[in-house]
Amino acid sequence: MVHKRVMEKLAILADAAKYDVSCSSSQSTRKNKDKGLGDTGHGICHAYTEDGRCVSLLKILLTNHCIFDCAYCVSRKSNDIKRAAFTVQEVVDLTIGFYRRNYIEGLFLSSGIFDNPDFTMERLVRIVKKLRLEENFNGYIHLKAIPGASEELLKEAGLYADRLSVNVEMPTEKSLKLLAPDKNHKDVIQPMEYLKNEIAGYKEEKKSNYKAPLFAPAGQSTQMVIGATQENDLEILGMANYFYDTMQMKRVYYSGYVPISYDNRLPAIGTPVPMIRENRLYQADWLMRFYGFKVNEIVGFDQPNLDLDIDPKLGWALRNLNQFPVDINTADLELILRIPGIGVLSAKKIVAARKFKKLQATDLQKLGIAYSRSKYFLAFASPFQLRKDLTSAQIKEHILNFQKSKYQNNFSNQLALF
Amino acid sequence: MTQIIYDGSYEGWLTAVFEIYEYKFKDVAFAKDETSTALLFCNKHFVDTDHAKADRVLNGLQKRLSNSGFSNLYYAFLSEMNQIEETLFRYVQYVLASRINIEQDFSNSSVLNVQKAMQLTGKESHRMKAFVRFKLTKDNLYYAIVEPDCNVLPLIENHFKNRYADQRWLIYDAKRKYGIYYDLENVSTVEMQFDANSSSSKFLAEICDDNEEFFQSLWRNYFKSVNIESRKNTKLHIQHMPKRYWKNLTEKIPDLKSRK
Ligand code: SF4
Repeated sequence: MVHKRVMEKLAILADAAKYDVSCSSSQSTRKNKDKGLGDTGHGICHAYTEDGRCVSLLKILLTNHCIFDCAYCVSRKSNDIKRAAFTVQEVVDLTIGFYRRNYIEGLFLSSGIFDNPDFTMERLVRIVKKLRLEENFNGYIHLKAIPGASEELLKEAGLYADRLSVNVEMPTEKSLKLLAPDKNHKDVIQPMEYLKNEIAGYKEEKKSNYKAPLFAPAGQSTQMVIGATQENDLEILGMANYFYDTMQMKRVYYSGYVPISYDNRLPAIGTPVPMIRENRLYQADWLMRFYGFKVNEIVGFDQPNLDLDIDPKLGWALRNLNQFPVDINTADLELILRIPGIGVLSAKKIVAARKFKKLQATDLQKLGIAYSRSKYFLAFASPFQLRKDLTSAQIKEHILNFQKSKYQNNFSNQLALF
Repeated sequence: MTQIIYDGSYEGWLTAVFEIYEYKFKDVAFAKDETSTALLFCNKHFVDTDHAKADRVLNGLQKRLSNSGFSNLYYAFLSEMNQIEETLFRYVQYVLASRINIEQDFSNSSVLNVQKAMQLTGKESHRMKAFVRFKLTKDNLYYAIVEPDCNVLPLIENHFKNRYADQRWLIYDAKRKYGIYYDLENVSTVEMQFDANSSSSKFLAEICDDNEEFFQSLWRNYFKSVNIESRKNTKLHIQHMPKRYWKNLTEKIPDLKSRK
């Protein structure tokens, strides 16, 4: 490698890729074979950026040349920036060199569209094949499927990558039209549908024949940019719900828009990144995936946006006080999961610990529960009394006051959850 | 009060447990060697690590614990938490005295403390899988230096063996002065002196592969490029990557040119 040039390319092409928020490297089943290099499935974050996001993959673009002009994207055609492109070999060398030093779990490779979608996709596929077949590399690979690429290429990509993703970017067709005039909704949805069917097909085959090849074993994911356009949280979460239900997506990512250009269709430069809203969306997403909440319990037509001052689980509880108090000594796990301040692990611990004795308030603190928050929603055996006298507005005020004194200025953009 | 002096190993501790029952000691405190916090005015009992005795304790425990409960004990021991030997002993007493499995009786303080210690070790061994940074030497050895709070090398050995099956590697615990070494076949424990100042430019130039410095600065560069300035959140950053690890993290060490 020519050191100086590669260094420069890495700076450009990592910088351009950083707005893609997907970072997960778990949920795959690829194992080290024939004493090769690497295996996957651990989902390790190797480092954290100064903004607190995890770095588990070498996340780069193959190139930031692009024939399209999507307004929200740094690489768009009309943006006056330095352009660069890696060679196939350079990406392979970087990946292997980083992986061997335990810097990363694998590669996340995306690209601007140069020439045409197939030409670009073909290159991405060549890189994965080289890594798998020539380097015997079993680390994690997440490939971006280029909208408009042919099904043959998507299929090849799926045979060598762990995860594939097509980003919808905009939650509705209308905003996509507005901000990405060269793209259309169909170009995004069609490859998703194709991948969904292939993934399901290969999975089925694997059941009866363990030697059958893997096909994107970590499934597919997508990303939506939040706050660049006017959509409300109902539309965004509704879309996410569609991806989980209909497309069997593994993850939907929400990326708070970082203003990067002077374009009157978009929020002006200097507009703050909507980090709290993004955090609330991730919390809502967790509620749907791990807590058994339906999307319309979290947002509805009467209340299309998530509260910014409280998390969505507390919001739900305050709107549904008639469901409380929940008796933690007798209630089902599903109900305990709905108590604010109690996470999945704590809920399971409660159910395990109560077999030994009737739990009291002091026991809960030992189990690591945010008691100051959950106490408004719990019932114990005597001698404890439930405070039935508080309205939801009062409870909210109590909790927020307590939070303020305890967590002043501690707004996290990660999931400081429940 | 009897002071139980053992060699600091898990087997040694298990032997000690056996002997506490054997000699019916009442009130016990553990010490790793004679010099450590010598308690005045108490009996001393020296333990010679004994496989047979250790095995008998293990067997007894295995019968009364689930598989994960059984391995949690070892994890908790490796935490090296303050007074972990005493805590574990109280836990073992509870386990042996009870006719039912007590692993999940979290309202009992020894159960809870063992759980905490186990989690501490679990968390740190997970972190070490992430924060090991290998450097390549001229003779093709990938080596890394770590200084974890808990004694986690025994727990991460298999992970690295599975992952880096085709490269020779060494992970050295500078705090405990021993390392694990993989020779393309097996992992063995090695005791050695390792130059602690291994990030100095002289050391790099002398022992490292020609491309090593390049990859290190590529990684540092990459780490800088992926940061989004407008989202800066130092508190969260430090929470995930505690400062005590920084001196062994390539991305947190300044570039060679600006190093002394
Ligand atoms: S096609 Fe992709 S890389 Fe090109 S401008 Fe649009 S979002 Fe950016």
